[in-house]
Amino acid sequence: MIYEAGRYEIIVIGAGHAGCEAALASARMGCRTLLVTMSVEYIALMPCNPSIGGPAKAQLVREIDALGGEMGVNIDKSSIQMRMINTGKGPAVQALRAQADKHEYGREMIKTILGQPKLDLLMAEVEDIETEDSMVKAVVTRTGARYECQAIVLTTGTYLKGRIIAGEVIYDGGPGNQFPAVRLSDSLKSMGIKLGRFKTGTPPRIDRKTVDFTRMEEQPGDEYPWRFSFISPPPQREQLSCWLTHSTPETHRIVMENIDRAPMFTGVIQGRGPRYCPSFEDKVVRFSHKPSHQLFIEPEGRDTDEMYVQGLNTSLPEDVQIRVLRSIPGLENVHMIRTGYAIEYDYVIPSQARLTLENKVVAGLFTAGQINGTSGYEEAAAQGLIAGINAALKIQAREPFILKRSEAYIGVLIDDLVTKHADEPYRMLTSRAEYRLLLRQDNADLRLTEMGREIGLVDDYRWAVFREKKARLEKGIRHLQTTSFTPADRDMSRYLASRSSAPLRDRTSLWELLRRPEIRIDDLIDSGWMGSADDEVISQIQIQCKYEGYINKQREQVRRFEKLENRQIPKDIDYEQVYSLSNEALQKLKEIRPISIGQASRISGVTPADINILLISMEKRRI
Amino acid sequence: MVAVRETEKWENPTRTKGVKSMSEELIAALSTPPGEGGISIIRASGNGVIERVDQIFSPAKGIKLANKDGFSLTLGWITDKDGSKIDQVVIGIMRAPHSYTGEDVVEINSHGGSLPVRRCLQRCLDLGLRLAEPGEFTKRAFLNGRLDLSQAEAVIDIIRAKTDRGLQLAMHQLEGKSRHIEEIEDNLVQINAMVEASLDFPDEVGDLDYDAAQSLLTETIDKLNNLLVAGSRNEVYRDGVVVVICGKPNVGKSSLLNALLRKEKAIVTDIPGTTRDVVEDYINIRGIPVKIMDTAGIRFTEDRVEKIGVEKSREVIERADLLIFMLDIAEGISQDDIDIYNLVDPGRVIVLVNKDDLESKKISPLQLEEMFAGVKVIRASVINEVGLEELEKAVEEMVLNGAVPGDGLDIMVNIRQKDALERTYEQVRNARQTLKAVPLDCLAIDIWGALETLGEISGKSLKEEVIDRIFHDFCVGK
Repeated sequence: MIYEAGRYEIIVIGAGHAGCEAALASARMGCRTLLVTMSVEYIALMPCNPSIGGPAKAQLVREIDALGGEMGVNIDKSSIQMRMINTGKGPAVQALRAQADKHEYGREMIKTILGQPKLDLLMAEVEDIETEDSMVKAVVTRTGARYECQAIVLTTGTYLKGRIIAGEVIYDGGPGNQFPAVRLSDSLKSMGIKLGRFKTGTPPRIDRKTVDFTRMEEQPGDEYPWRFSFISPPPQREQLSCWLTHSTPETHRIVMENIDRAPMFTGVIQGRGPRYCPSFEDKVVRFSHKPSHQLFIEPEGRDTDEMYVQGLNTSLPEDVQIRVLRSIPGLENVHMIRTGYAIEYDYVIPSQARLTLENKVVAGLFTAGQINGTSGYEEAAAQGLIAGINAALKIQAREPFILKRSEAYIGVLIDDLVTKHADEPYRMLTSRAEYRLLLRQDNADLRLTEMGREIGLVDDYRWAVFREKKARLEKGIRHLQTTSFTPADRDMSRYLASRSSAPLRDRTSLWELLRRPEIRIDDLIDSGWMGSADDEVISQIQIQCKYEGYINKQREQVRRFEKLENRQIPKDIDYEQVYSLSNEALQKLKEIRPISIGQASRISGVTPADINILLISMEKRRI
Repeated sequence: MVAVRETEKWENPTRTKGVKSMSEELIAALSTPPGEGGISIIRASGNGVIERVDQIFSPAKGIKLANKDGFSLTLGWITDKDGSKIDQVVIGIMRAPHSYTGEDVVEINSHGGSLPVRRCLQRCLDLGLRLAEPGEFTKRAFLNGRLDLSQAEAVIDIIRAKTDRGLQLAMHQLEGKSRHIEEIEDNLVQINAMVEASLDFPDEVGDLDYDAAQSLLTETIDKLNNLLVAGSRNEVYRDGVVVVICGKPNVGKSSLLNALLRKEKAIVTDIPGTTRDVVEDYINIRGIPVKIMDTAGIRFTEDRVEKIGVEKSREVIERADLLIFMLDIAEGISQDDIDIYNLVDPGRVIVLVNKDDLESKKISPLQLEEMFAGVKVIRASVINEVGLEELEKAVEEMVLNGAVPGDGLDIMVNIRQKDALERTYEQVRNARQTLKAVPLDCLAIDIWGALETLGEISGKSLKEEVIDRIFHDFCVGK
């Protein structure tokens, strides 16, 4: 029995990291939104590692935050440790990483969602998506409730036909051993959407009380009170440590002895797994010359003794997992609480989506997160935000919001997803971003807050914080550029000598001086040559000054890049009529329908010769 | 992505051309070498050119070209304005897109003899066809998607090659797929992956192995340098050099020019448009196309070099890649000789002491040594063809800058590739210089920039290769 249950502008299916961002964005932009989840307890669940951030991912979180998303704010409320990674390797790749209290993270997110006007939460399993003239019309739940809507954001993660594997044990299930969503997969297929199958995995969890930390190396958080969000108050709570240990030759012997029982190697697991997140057995086999691998023991929260064994991702049989754990220094007597497992799931092949994340076949259907074949909470949240924004913009008949590769990691992420064919779950890496020196975590607010404001997601408070910071920054830079010293200045000469810095030869601005590697901005403040400011502004000025040469190099690269990005391909182009494209290029171009020559050139299988032909054909059209 | 940038170069001209598209503009040119050959071919291209040529063609069997199939041959006559027959010809037609240019093409096979051919070509121009620019057929083939860029470039080089050696090199056009480029690319991908792995997987990979990076960068720089050196050497074979013979009257300049011409096959003679002040000719010296100029036309007064003569000499001498300064051993070294010699750059000169066969020698070896220290001096007797071998060898050595072929890098590097190689070189060198001085993310900008620039030659986008390499070489992931 199906009954009419109500009407929404936007329905978000799935309340993981993508779903939460999508629902909050659309409601904040003024759309009546329904967020449907199979389990209210599992909202914003972290089914794998209890951490957020790290290289490339921290940049994503900061970008989400700058646009008015929730992830940064939420992790600041619920972190148990923060560390800045890659501090010695330059500003582009420095990345904040937080250990999260998993449960608190979920609880905080639920609070935010329930407190959000225009957003309703519903616990139900969506079984069917109704369409009319290839446009979404309504969703129907398992209990027969039918909700009409104008747009749907589908963020079902790994739930679609999820199958869990640990050794010889195989059963259908979603993450955290929940029910899988079975019927939705078929509903998507019947709409003409192509699905693929991926695999990922998670390590065992252990009981803190049975771990001997004296045999491990402590990894405390940084003393500095880092925060992800540009508007969070500085964190004040006590931090918990992580612990570093290593696998031993004995560990590897146990794995090799049981390799014939490993589903990865017996062919039971067919889905393609991510190379950046290999199973432990995979590491042992592929890098057999390495006598040991690092393992991090990480707390899953403040109010739990469960700990996560980072680096021990496995689908070995349960008994082998226990023996493997106990061969590791500090874990000799460990008690395993949860068994590690591999999970296979359906995903929507992302080249079916536009850069707005709207499906090309079914209008009004947006997909975001792991369902698009990505991995990682941050990647999911970023897509959720963009899908939510674009769903709302579409309903409001406003221009779509597409970030370029030169503007944000989010732009790189989505462009890669819809343009390139990935045969493994996609993870953000800094090496995927061509212009990463411009796309730093420290300047995400400067890059994106104005855009967020225009969209309508940046509230007055965030806007005021941003404007003030920007004003202070500009003032500071102006001061440095307009204040100069002559060789006759005694204080300056003395200071330069004290830093073994060359004496001035002519009038030199503070900005030029600061460019010298040995000159520190703190010294300039201490000497009274510039006013003091907060750390964020100071470090921003320092980065912009010291790396100016390289930043300008990247700007030049961006200028060249944008030439091709700005060459729009006519929407109605008929690739069949473009003479002498290679067959592969023809198929790919028809499938992906790139919006610009730049995007076309990134499609694998489209050669420079094909691009030439395409340009020529566009040229001929114009004439 | 990278190679696309190349296309922007042709984008602009076609865009500004206005209403008429490229293929609608009909072009024609003599496509066999000028002169008295057995047969000459006039090629015309452009959409509708077959129907157009019908207007000046009288077919033997009465069937118009427009009604014939592609790849057919038709016998008939090219007719003059008054309908009279100019020449009997065989016309081949090819229809778009199945032709070299991808457009309609007509090939008029006319009897040799330059007059009838020129008149046939003139008739084509009467029809509104325009004379094709050098390489324009190939350009159209490229723009119509019939050739890819490197093929098109190779064809252009083949057209421009003036000697067999140049032709042979043009066929060895540096290709993106070539081993030389691949080796450099492989090195850079490896360094890039090392850097990126350290940045993206700090916990697992740790710091960059600076020593390994340093030696890889050095190796890459050497390889790039070798390619560039070979490229500029081989450029000489394609573009040729200008050699100027100078010296006072009656020293034997014309004899030398004639001797060289006799010995070597002149490629083209009597280039129109040049002034008769300077006699010039093309010869082939050991595979190098040489434009040789004799300053015979420059007049000198009895004892002082005339002002106007100096100006003219200076101009010619400045254009020269190499100078042959001639002395007459029987005359000694006069003030005139010294005045002329003062005009030349001693780094680009060969001194040829002529008439060495004469008994009376007024220039002593000691004198030569003092006056031309460090300069190549050859004693010769031009009329007896003595010393010419030595002269040619000296020309070759100086033109090639001592880098005589033999390093196995017999490849042609065109201007676009040379430019890309130079920019790659610059960036790799910068990376090596700043290896430990700047943070890794800045270092990566130069290394990635180098890879991207190299991609302009190879036509590859290398981002994915770097990422594949990270996962292949490093045990990353938690």
